[in-house]
Amino acid sequence: MNRRTLFKGAALGLALTATPALAQETMTIGVAIPSATHGFMGGLNYHAQASIERLEATYPQLDFVLATAGDAGKMVNDIEDMVATRNIDALVVLPFESEPLTAPVQFVKEQGIWVTVVDRGLSVEGIEDLYVAGDNPGFGRTAGEYFAENLGEGDNIVVLRGIPTTLDNERVDAFTAVIEGSGINVLDMQHGNWNRDDAFNVMQDFLSKYDDIDAVWAADDDMAIGVLEAISQADRNEEMWVVGGAGMKEIIARIRDGDPMLPVNVTYPPAQIATAIELTALGLVSDTPVSGRFIIGSQLVTPENAESFYFPDSPF
Amino acid sequence: MTDMTATTEAAPRRRLSLHTLGPVMALIALVILGASLNSNFLGAANLTNVLARSAFIGIIAVGMTFVITGGGIDLSVGSMAAFVAGVMILAMNALIPSLGIGVPLIAAGMAVALLAGLAAGLLNGVLIAKVGIEPFIVTLGAMGIYRSLTTWLADGGTLSLDFAARSFYRPVYYDGILGVAWPIIVFALVAIVGEIAMRKTPFGRHCAALGANEQVAKYSAVKVDRVRMATYVLLGGLVGLATIMYVPRLGSASGSTGVLWELEAIAAVIIGGTVLKGGFGRVWGTVVGVLILSLIDNILNLASIVSPYLNGTIQGVIVILAVVLQRQGKSAE
Repeated sequence: MNRRTLFKGAALGLALTATPALAQETMTIGVAIPSATHGFMGGLNYHAQASIERLEATYPQLDFVLATAGDAGKMVNDIEDMVATRNIDALVVLPFESEPLTAPVQFVKEQGIWVTVVDRGLSVEGIEDLYVAGDNPGFGRTAGEYFAENLGEGDNIVVLRGIPTTLDNERVDAFTAVIEGSGINVLDMQHGNWNRDDAFNVMQDFLSKYDDIDAVWAADDDMAIGVLEAISQADRNEEMWVVGGAGMKEIIARIRDGDPMLPVNVTYPPAQIATAIELTALGLVSDTPVSGRFIIGSQLVTPENAESFYFPDSPF
Repeated sequence: MTDMTATTEAAPRRRLSLHTLGPVMALIALVILGASLNSNFLGAANLTNVLARSAFIGIIAVGMTFVITGGGIDLSVGSMAAFVAGVMILAMNALIPSLGIGVPLIAAGMAVALLAGLAAGLLNGVLIAKVGIEPFIVTLGAMGIYRSLTTWLADGGTLSLDFAARSFYRPVYYDGILGVAWPIIVFALVAIVGEIAMRKTPFGRHCAALGANEQVAKYSAVKVDRVRMATYVLLGGLVGLATIMYVPRLGSASGSTGVLWELEAIAAVIIGGTVLKGGFGRVWGTVVGVLILSLIDNILNLASIVSPYLNGTIQGVIVILAVVLQRQGKSAE
C-alpha cells in the first residue's frame, strides 16, 4: 500500500514537471468499462472499441487507454494505474457499481482530470463533468405507453424483470405507473435476471399457471428470446405478443421483417459509451462546451424505423 | 456398556430409514405442496417442463456424484458446459457448407460436443491425478478459463446456431417418444446406468474406497490415479451429453450460459445423501436432489406466495435443512 502511494506520488511529480512540454502534443483519454460478460456489455465493448479506433484515426493528438474489469475492485485498480502511469487528461468510466467507485473517481477529479460518467451514476452528485446515460424510467414508460395504447380493459399481461437492482426498479415503476388505470391486469412479475435460460423457465411456469395471457413485457431482448421459445413450445404463438428491450440486432431484424409476435422494441443503446467517448474527445480537441448531462432517450423501434437501429457488425 | 451396545444395535435401522427416506419425503412433501397451490402443477405440460429442464443439471450431477464420492470436486462444469456449447455451435455453423443441414450435421455436432467434454474432463483429470494439484484449485482455474474463453469466442455477445440448422435440431429437446421428451429419457438412462455403475461395478466400489481412504485403497491394489482420472473424464463426457440436449433448446451460448450450474449440481449431490468428503455416494439420491431443487423453483413461480427477491433464500434454507435432517439421522448412530 505504502509502496503504491509512493509510486503514485513519484509518478505524479514526474507528470507535473513533464506535462507542460508534452501537453500541447498528445492528450490521453482513459476509458474504464465492465468486461464483456453478457450481450449488452458485449455490445458496449464493441462500440467503445469502434469509437476509439475512429477517434484515433481522426485526431492524431489523442491517445486512448481502454481497460475492462470484471469487478469493482479491478476497475479501481485500472483507474489508479491510468492516473499513475499513463497520465490521463480525461477519464470516461462506466462504474461497475456506484458505491465503491465513487471515492476513487472523486480522487481522479481532484487531480484536475476531466471525468465523464456513463450509465450508472456515482453516489455523490457533482463529481463528474459530463454524465451520459440511457433513460431508465423512460425505458419503462415507453414500453408502458405501447401496452396502454394497444391493450384494453381486462387484458392480461405478465412481466419479466431483470436482476434485482435500482435500475430495474426504476424501469418497472415507470412501466407500472403508465399502465395504471388502463384496465390492464398484471398477472405476475418475476425476475428473469436478463438471462435467456432463466426467462425461458419463468415463462414456462407462467404459461402453466395462466390460461389467458395477451402480452408479455420481457424488458430485455435476451429475456425475450427465452420467452418466445417457451411460448412456441407451448404452441400459444397466436395468443400473445412480446416486447423486449435494448435493441439486440436479431430482435431488431425480426421487427423489421414484421414478425407478428414482436411488434416493437424499446432502445437502451449500448452505443451510449460511444456518445460519451466522442463528446469527451470533442471537449478536449475543440472549444465545444460538453459539460452537463446527456440523457439518450429510449425510442420505440417499429417495423418502419427498425433499419436505422440495426448494426450488423455489433455482437449485440 | 450394555447401553452402548443396545444403541448401536438399534441405531443402524433408524439411521438407514431417516438417511435414506429424508430426501424422498422432502420430494413428496414438495409435490403435495405444489399440487395444493396450483391445479396445473401436476399437469403433463408442467411436469414435462420441469423434468426436461432438470435434465441438464441432472446429467451433470450424476457425474458429479462419482467425482465427489471419489473425494474430489469439480467447480468447472457450468462454464465447461458453456464452452462446449459454444464450440459445438461454432463447429456446426462451420460445417453447414460441407455437410448441409441434416442428420450428418447434427451427428457431427454431437460428436464435437462429446469429444470437447471428454477432453476438458481429461485435462482436469490429468492435472489432478497425475500432476497432483488440488481438485479445488484445478477446477476453480478451469472455471475462469472456460467462462472467459466462451465470452471471447462469442466476441462478448451470443453465439447462435444457424437458424435453419436449429429448426432441424430443435426436436432433440422438444420431441420424444410417447410424449416423454428426449432430455427426460436421456436423464433417466444416465441415472439408471449411473446407479448400477455405482453399486454393482468395481469402478463404483473403487470410487468409494478412494474417497474413504486413499492410502488404504492404494494398498488394496486400487489403481488410484486411474480411477480418479476416470471420474473427471466421465463427468466431462456427461457435460458434453448435457450440452447436446441444451443447445437445441435456445440454440445459443453466451458468457452467461450455465452460470452456477456447478453449485446446483453439487447441492443436488449433497441433498441426495452423498458425503461431501467422499467415501459414500448415491446416484438415485442425486436424482431426487435435482428434482427437489427444480421443483422449488417451479413452485415459487407457480404460486408467487413470497416476494421474488426471496426465492434464493427459500432454496438456500431447504438445501441446508435437507442436509441437517440427514446429519441428525447419521449422528443418532
